[in-house]
Amino acid sequence: MLRFIAKRFLETIPVLFVIATLTFFMVRLAPGGPFTAEKTIPPEIQKRIEAFYGLNKPLFQQYLDYMGNLLKGDLGPSFKYATWSVNELIWSAFPVSLELGCYGLALALLFGLTAGIIAALRPNTLSDHLPMSLAMIGICVPTFVLGPLLILVFGLALGWFNASGWDSARDRVLPAITLGAYYAAYIARLGRGGMLEILNQDFIRTAQAKGARSGRIIFKHALRGGLLPVVSFLGPATAGIITGSFVVETIFQVPGLGRFFVTAAFNRDYTMVLGTVLFYAVLIIVLNLVVDIVQVWLNPRLRFD
Amino acid sequence: MRSDKRPLILAFSPSDGEKESPLPRGKRVRVRGSRFSSESLILMIGLSLLAFLAVGCGRRETRVEYGDRHQILLKGNGGEPQELDPDIVTGVPEYHILMSLLEGLVSEDPHDLHPVPGVAESWDVSPDGKVYTFHLRRNAKWSNGDPVTAHDFLESYKRILTPSLGSEYSYMHFVVKNARAYNEGKIIDFNQVGYKALDDHTFQVTLENPTPYFLSLLLHHSWFPVHLPTIRKYGDPYQRGNKWTRPGRFVGNGPFVLTKWRVNDVIVVNKSPTYWDRDRVRLNEIRFYPIESADTEERAFRAGQLHITDTMALSKIDFYKTHYPDLLKIDPYLGTYFYRINVTKPPLTDKRIRRALALTIDRESIVKDVLRGGQLPALCFTPPGTAGYTCRTRLPEDVNEAKRLLAEAGYPDGKGLPPIELLYNTSEAHRIIAEAIQQMWKKNLGVEVRLVNEEWKVYLDAQRTLNYQVCRAAWIGDYVDPNSFLDMWVSGGGNNETGWSNPEYDRLIARAARTADPAQRLEVFQQAEAILLDELPIIPIYFYTHVYARRPEVKGWYPTILDNHPYKYVYLEPPAS
Repeated sequence: MLRFIAKRFLETIPVLFVIATLTFFMVRLAPGGPFTAEKTIPPEIQKRIEAFYGLNKPLFQQYLDYMGNLLKGDLGPSFKYATWSVNELIWSAFPVSLELGCYGLALALLFGLTAGIIAALRPNTLSDHLPMSLAMIGICVPTFVLGPLLILVFGLALGWFNASGWDSARDRVLPAITLGAYYAAYIARLGRGGMLEILNQDFIRTAQAKGARSGRIIFKHALRGGLLPVVSFLGPATAGIITGSFVVETIFQVPGLGRFFVTAAFNRDYTMVLGTVLFYAVLIIVLNLVVDIVQVWLNPRLRFD
Repeated sequence: MRSDKRPLILAFSPSDGEKESPLPRGKRVRVRGSRFSSESLILMIGLSLLAFLAVGCGRRETRVEYGDRHQILLKGNGGEPQELDPDIVTGVPEYHILMSLLEGLVSEDPHDLHPVPGVAESWDVSPDGKVYTFHLRRNAKWSNGDPVTAHDFLESYKRILTPSLGSEYSYMHFVVKNARAYNEGKIIDFNQVGYKALDDHTFQVTLENPTPYFLSLLLHHSWFPVHLPTIRKYGDPYQRGNKWTRPGRFVGNGPFVLTKWRVNDVIVVNKSPTYWDRDRVRLNEIRFYPIESADTEERAFRAGQLHITDTMALSKIDFYKTHYPDLLKIDPYLGTYFYRINVTKPPLTDKRIRRALALTIDRESIVKDVLRGGQLPALCFTPPGTAGYTCRTRLPEDVNEAKRLLAEAGYPDGKGLPPIELLYNTSEAHRIIAEAIQQMWKKNLGVEVRLVNEEWKVYLDAQRTLNYQVCRAAWIGDYVDPNSFLDMWVSGGGNNETGWSNPEYDRLIARAARTADPAQRLEVFQQAEAILLDELPIIPIYFYTHVYARRPEVKGWYPTILDNHPYKYVYLEPPAS
């Protein structure tokens, strides 16, 4: 197992290198720059600002400088938010996204798995169709519809929650539901599929024949195998959910990382684009690794590979 | 628009895990003596959902109500400020925060923004209008207790003009003697620049030319003082990237002090105990919320989380007009929405075609049917009544004349004229206006228009490099004077971006700068704008208004054309009930 982890870890280094290099040159291809604004900056002022950020050097030299700093863990200053460094911005925004993502993921797992298991127990009956139809709706209703809808009902009409913001524990509820709904729906469908497949296998029948109680069958024997599809989905899903969502963050005014990821590109905030892309990349790689380990643990057949 | 929540990795395909049910319909996985029947599971879900929601049951005091009791103003403030250093920032959201933290030599009257004493309690102007002597009040203090002196202003102005800082608004100081030369590195000795601290409480400014709008210029954030000793503490004051503007570090001289700054969340300022006019300040706290989405902001307002919004979503204006007419505010705003024309690209090199296009826009219909926010049709470029100046020349709206001009230019009924490209940046409002104008040109002149929609920076780049034919643009005045609208069209001006140049126009703008007599000066601007409206490198469309929502308990907040509201006059007075 340790060798497996070490091997995977070594593999990530060239991947990150390629991502950093590609992103570095790709953002430079976009028209306009970080300091193009509606009001034109006098050219000599523009030159001074660019000199301060090293943007006047040859592009390849800038690339070397950037990679050098990157090795030291320094993602550079943000061009748009002049007083903050990219490291500071990511470390202020990521905990928010992480917190929101954890709630969203917890909700998604709680409701998704329950619905999936219920549906699988009695396929093609009402207790299958009802949760699965809900799941279908969950997948189909876009965040930018669900979010405002929840605000309209629970924020404006009933007054239970704030319409936006990130102050109290209460402010976490609506964004977490909005963020988690899609994943809950997806997990429900995956969970149902996985469980159905397992419940139909011989060892389950054997367990039933031997008179094991249903709870024991579901939770001890079936769940472990039935969850495999959900687990492989959870790697990328967790990365997606904890790195923040531009739409949810915008609707609920949540100070998370998702907005930086998108607006940095609009602002041509080169360092911020690179910083967020690399941060996401690391996160996804790590989470996929975790998922692989969990899968091996859940599925003994994989241990020989 | 699902992309936001899709997992970021590509290796996963949704069909991986989900298998079609292998069981025939109706066949159950039979589980004997089931403790976990599906019914009880459904019940559990229902219960947990209820428990989840019960956390929030019952109506609570809204933030606005809390704010009313404690004199805390909650303000939507547009985007996240790029920085809070007055010598670096360029935007309106930044200015709205900075005017609570810093105070210049003069300050603004809350009703019409005319300059009133700020740190300077009085000033004298020399007979030739070139030398201003400011007498600073002795009780003005920085938030760390230091007195605000003439030397602070001298040091601050030296900072903004220092070339290495690369301040984008340093040009605001160019009316001052030698300021431009110093900023461009042509002179090294700052003593030659027209700033002088005669003693601790007397500050003298010598101008290049008599500048009637000089005192209004002083209201701009580029003239705010900064506390150099503090800035030095956190790095080189003459370089960017100094981190002195954080809460706990920021030293200001305004009515409020910075206490909290959470990026993309909130900026909080509290009443300053050291401000000289603190007895007049009635608010205890202001919270600036950087809410970029107009829809999110409007919902926050309706939920009682904001006293004032920064803007109002176009789609909500009618709703408010019907349901909350007393909350919707439409204030005049010093800005013009217009189209730039690239005069270097045929066929729009021909001024007759440009004029034909300008004459066939039904501006009334655009402001009434499309924008619905009380905007005024623009038949000239400078907003009427800007510092007493209203342009006499008016663009007629005359379709027949336009047809005649187009025919004269060789394109009767648009025949033979290649399609014209109209560029705008991605936005609902710009698109609707562009479509309306496309229709008008097509219907009245037979001119084909192709709409080109580009992302913001791509659009800016195309505009800058004259890589367009016609493009959408806007200009908001930096200060209340026609000069702010007219000097941008001089040959080679940084914000001209049309390729247009006219020696007579340049001469007039230069003459206006040298003219001391106010009436005569405005007359020169009249002549200049007449040339602009005859040559038409631009097509004015409408004059902006500021449309937003404000709660009735906000007092001391008056409609001002720059949307500036000095906070020391603002207070909250909830209705008696």
